[in-house]
Amino acid sequence: MNIFVCVKQVPDTETKITPTGDGSFIETASIKWIMNPYDEFAVEQALLIKQSNPAANVTVVRVGPTKDTEALRTAMAMGADDAILVETNENLDSYSIAKALKGAIAKSGKTADIILTGKQAIDDDALQVPQVLAEMLNLPSVSVIVGFEVSGNAIKVKREIEGGALEVYELGTPCVIACNKGLNTPRYASLPGIMKAKKKPMTQLSLTDVGVSDSDRRVKYSQFRLPPEKPPGKKFEATDPAKQNDVVSQVVGLLRTEAKVI
Amino acid sequence: MSNILVFTELHDGHVKHVTLEILGKLSGQSVDVAVIGDLSNDQIAELAKYGAQNVHKLKGAQLDKYSPEGYANALTNFIKTKSYDYVFAGATSMGKDLLPRLATKFDAGLASDVVNFTFENGTFAGTRPLFAGKCLAKVELNGPKPHFISIRPNALGMTTTPTSGSGAAHDVSVDAGTIRAMIKEIVKAASTKVDLTEANIIITGGRAMKNAENFKILDQMADVIGATVGASRAAVDSGFAPHSMQVGQTGKTVAPSLYIACGVSGAIQHLAGMRTSKVIVAINSDPDAPIFTKADYGIVGDLFQIVPIMTEEFKKLLGR
Repeated sequence: MNIFVCVKQVPDTETKITPTGDGSFIETASIKWIMNPYDEFAVEQALLIKQSNPAANVTVVRVGPTKDTEALRTAMAMGADDAILVETNENLDSYSIAKALKGAIAKSGKTADIILTGKQAIDDDALQVPQVLAEMLNLPSVSVIVGFEVSGNAIKVKREIEGGALEVYELGTPCVIACNKGLNTPRYASLPGIMKAKKKPMTQLSLTDVGVSDSDRRVKYSQFRLPPEKPPGKKFEATDPAKQNDVVSQVVGLLRTEAKVI
Repeated sequence: MSNILVFTELHDGHVKHVTLEILGKLSGQSVDVAVIGDLSNDQIAELAKYGAQNVHKLKGAQLDKYSPEGYANALTNFIKTKSYDYVFAGATSMGKDLLPRLATKFDAGLASDVVNFTFENGTFAGTRPLFAGKCLAKVELNGPKPHFISIRPNALGMTTTPTSGSGAAHDVSVDAGTIRAMIKEIVKAASTKVDLTEANIIITGGRAMKNAENFKILDQMADVIGATVGASRAAVDSGFAPHSMQVGQTGKTVAPSLYIACGVSGAIQHLAGMRTSKVIVAINSDPDAPIFTKADYGIVGDLFQIVPIMTEEFKKLLGR
């Protein structure tokens, strides 16, 4: 069984984002890069499947710059067997990334049984790659999953929808599954795992190798800028219980008369 | 003038609010609406009031419930019989899942989660948040048509001066094709409240809520003002609330009219997810909590004292 996990490297959630002077992208020099948090659930799910299928091989695939391979090393330290990096310094759109992932999987020479991804990357928040990849490969897929179990030849997954309701799907392999928080608890890489990861094979490919060119770009971003700042609001001191009724009454009144939202 | 299709989904038999927001914003274009399933005459009249020229009701076997493949196949069938330049839908759970599939069927691009847009010489140009709203960028589409766009609920707002369309209704028979990922059941949520991403009012609890049980006081206020209750990442990671309630960069990005943050310190990833709320109220005992920098109305005090008083004040104001 061959499991592929697609991962992305994104700025840490505590990162303050600064657009470049010309607005073409963001300043990346001082960013701390991490594995996209939703991808950790995908890596963990792959390793859980491998636990019950010891012969399974877990390959992590990433499209991005070579200078920092944190996400792939982390995934291999957690237990993935090997990695593929499609090297590019461009800020690609979802269509190009999905096409590159498809090309990379084809180049691996392995037939994918299960492809796992995070439900979205927290940089462009496009929420597209897993579905686009599934369409390109003509595979069934379910996104935003919070439950995964194998029953016989079928996989049963729970997809989270509005308000926390769940849609339960059954599908066979091969398939593409996009994971949400709540699916599992990603393991930490152990020290021996980190040491071992350094010796695990990592294949490097170019965009040309995977058949992706400029003509694949469907979405173009420009004019990166900070959102407008709000003017400072009104702050009320109400630590003294004697004042609380007045303050709250005043704020609730302002919500109607000034803000007009209630 | 562009030919545009707006896909609307039904939620408990109602047309989603975001559909009307999109229609209002598309005033001046030639706009049709498609739905999978049925619409009442009143619903068609409402869509017409906001500009729908034709309302296509797509019907066929295996389309009674959402399935990624069934819906994508059915809509592909239909769209291929027309010549739309653009296809819009709400960036809802369904829209986010469906549109990337649909766009790829046409080898086309999708601009997701757009919060505003214009047509410059007939060409779409949108604005969308990136990095959970820490920055904004202009988004444009290239490649084969139609181009696909999903719109974040509550971002465009409702027009008060809609231009009406003729609202001609058509039944269209479509084929759901082969469905390999079959939906077996739907497990209803414990809450019947509108989802955070579409809520008009949100009350969020942070780490200072101390435990899950204490969220009851937020539920009580929510019942009075018709709000949906959310939680910060700290509260979710501490086990006070499920992830479906999380607001912020690794949870939901929200844009309600009113956001009331209770005991939320305001980590950068949380602020990113809620900063576009129209009016923000913060209740926190720490006067230096970063949440106050984004609050229109800040109350420095103990949430366990303030929240019940506020609930009573809302009751008085609303006569409930």
